[in-house]
Amino acid sequence: MINWIDRNTKWLLTLPVILFILLMVAYPLFYTFQLSFHSWSMSAVKPMKFVGFANYIKMFNNPKFWQAWKLTLTYSVVCLAFETLIGLCIALLLNRSFRGSGLVRTMFLLPIVATPGAIAIVWKMIYDPALGIIAFIMKAWGMNPVAWLGNSQTALGALMVMDIWEHSPQIMLICLGGLSGIPTDSLEAASIDGASNWQRLTKITLPLLSPTILVAMMLRLIDSLKTYDQIYATTQGGPGTSTQTINVLAYRQAFENFKFGEASATIVVFFLGLVLVTVVFNILRRKAVVDY
Amino acid sequence: MTKAQKKLLKKIGFTVLLIIVLFFTMFPFAYMLLSSFKRNVDLFNMERLLIFSPTIQNYVDVFTRYSFARPLMNTSLISIVSTILSLLIGVPAAYSIARFKQKFFSVVILAVRIIPGIAFLVPWYLIFTRINLSGTYTSLILCYMRLALPYIVWIMIPFFEKLPAELEESAMVDGCIRLQAFYRIMLPVSVPGIVTATILVFISSWNNFIFGLILGTSRTQPLPVAIFSFISYTEVNWGGLMAAAMVITLPIIIISLFLQKYIVAGLTAGAVKG
Repeated sequence: MINWIDRNTKWLLTLPVILFILLMVAYPLFYTFQLSFHSWSMSAVKPMKFVGFANYIKMFNNPKFWQAWKLTLTYSVVCLAFETLIGLCIALLLNRSFRGSGLVRTMFLLPIVATPGAIAIVWKMIYDPALGIIAFIMKAWGMNPVAWLGNSQTALGALMVMDIWEHSPQIMLICLGGLSGIPTDSLEAASIDGASNWQRLTKITLPLLSPTILVAMMLRLIDSLKTYDQIYATTQGGPGTSTQTINVLAYRQAFENFKFGEASATIVVFFLGLVLVTVVFNILRRKAVVDY
Repeated sequence: MTKAQKKLLKKIGFTVLLIIVLFFTMFPFAYMLLSSFKRNVDLFNMERLLIFSPTIQNYVDVFTRYSFARPLMNTSLISIVSTILSLLIGVPAAYSIARFKQKFFSVVILAVRIIPGIAFLVPWYLIFTRINLSGTYTSLILCYMRLALPYIVWIMIPFFEKLPAELEESAMVDGCIRLQAFYRIMLPVSVPGIVTATILVFISSWNNFIFGLILGTSRTQPLPVAIFSFISYTEVNWGGLMAAAMVITLPIIIISLFLQKYIVAGLTAGAVKG
């Protein structure tokens, strides 16, 4: 008996997780995949109907689907660019010993860990044209307040500002971790050789840090493509469909219009997109590590 | 300019920059805190932005008139139970993946982390409705575990990989079977990793919005969803909303203040080292 346990330890330890993944992940995913070839609106009288690729054809002909992709990619890429730049700059700023550095790091932690759904509501108030702080400032300067989230021209940008505020510190933390791993002797040697601060940054620090930056960016990108809470809690994809990213589109198709088949088709394509990004990420990461 | 002056100037520049960045980082929190103590009339008055007579009425309202107590309890219950269950099955699995180099399994775990939550919502909703578990704590806990489990395994694998194999090998020479070696030797030394995983998973469960939005009912809905429905169904009471937002974020802020080190370790896990 004991021998049997010892021989099979690796399966005994992983069995519960395997079962969980089969039941809660694999089966539901298969179900989604299957649903994407059916038409069904959860009606008890009208059973699921097999429709082949009809949901996919409908989706590819739907301009809202392409708009959602465009919004998702714009949102993620713009946020990522700003977050990387800001995060890196703050990391370089904080990469020294000073009094209160522990407390300062905790403060930068708060935007990342605070409940996005709740913080989104705080931002909704900040943006509010009647009582938000931005409206107050604009009024004080004699400008007309803008309904940042209620205007289809500005809503996406307003959401991006929220995201940048929330996630720049995340890139910062990872970069700070990477910076502490850079050997100080090469930096010292360079400054003895008369290298300026700028040269030390661009010739030594940044090249050595680049694999870390790359990993931070890709982790962020994968999460950013899936952003949902802040968008749904503030605009629900509106006004109109001006902030309706893929996630929100799928949500609305399923739980507002009860078109589960169409929603499933959207989700399947979205999932494939994420897999593609992740695969590219891993290839890049392996290359970066070799260079390192 | 002397060297000392230069140093002083540099220090001033650094401090000024730091204060500017911190101001923007902390602003929404300060805004939330201030607004949560304001009466509605004060909220609309620009001159009372900073100076006003504070009231705790909003907090009283949150727990009495708007009954946020139940969602608060729901969030706590669902987060704690799903975190504990995920630890119980996730930590041994992570050990096994790390020690026996179950490469395929670790790829599966990563894949599970990448799949968007929305991909599960439709089938879960339909499946749970069919087996009459829709809206129950059981269904919510299972869904939250989908979030927690891969996260725990993902943080714990590199942690176990770093522990020297000699640790449990010497125990096994002394007559322990591997399972005993794991529980007696490996678990106690991996406490820091487990703490990191626990905190991060608890925070992300606490913060989760999308699962509760669909799968919760008025009886089981978690706090972030309760706040959201609070905006949709009443005329917006901003003071009350801010008080409710404070109630949600405060536990997270307290955890961060005391366990900063662990959270940073978890957030940067798997990123800093190639």
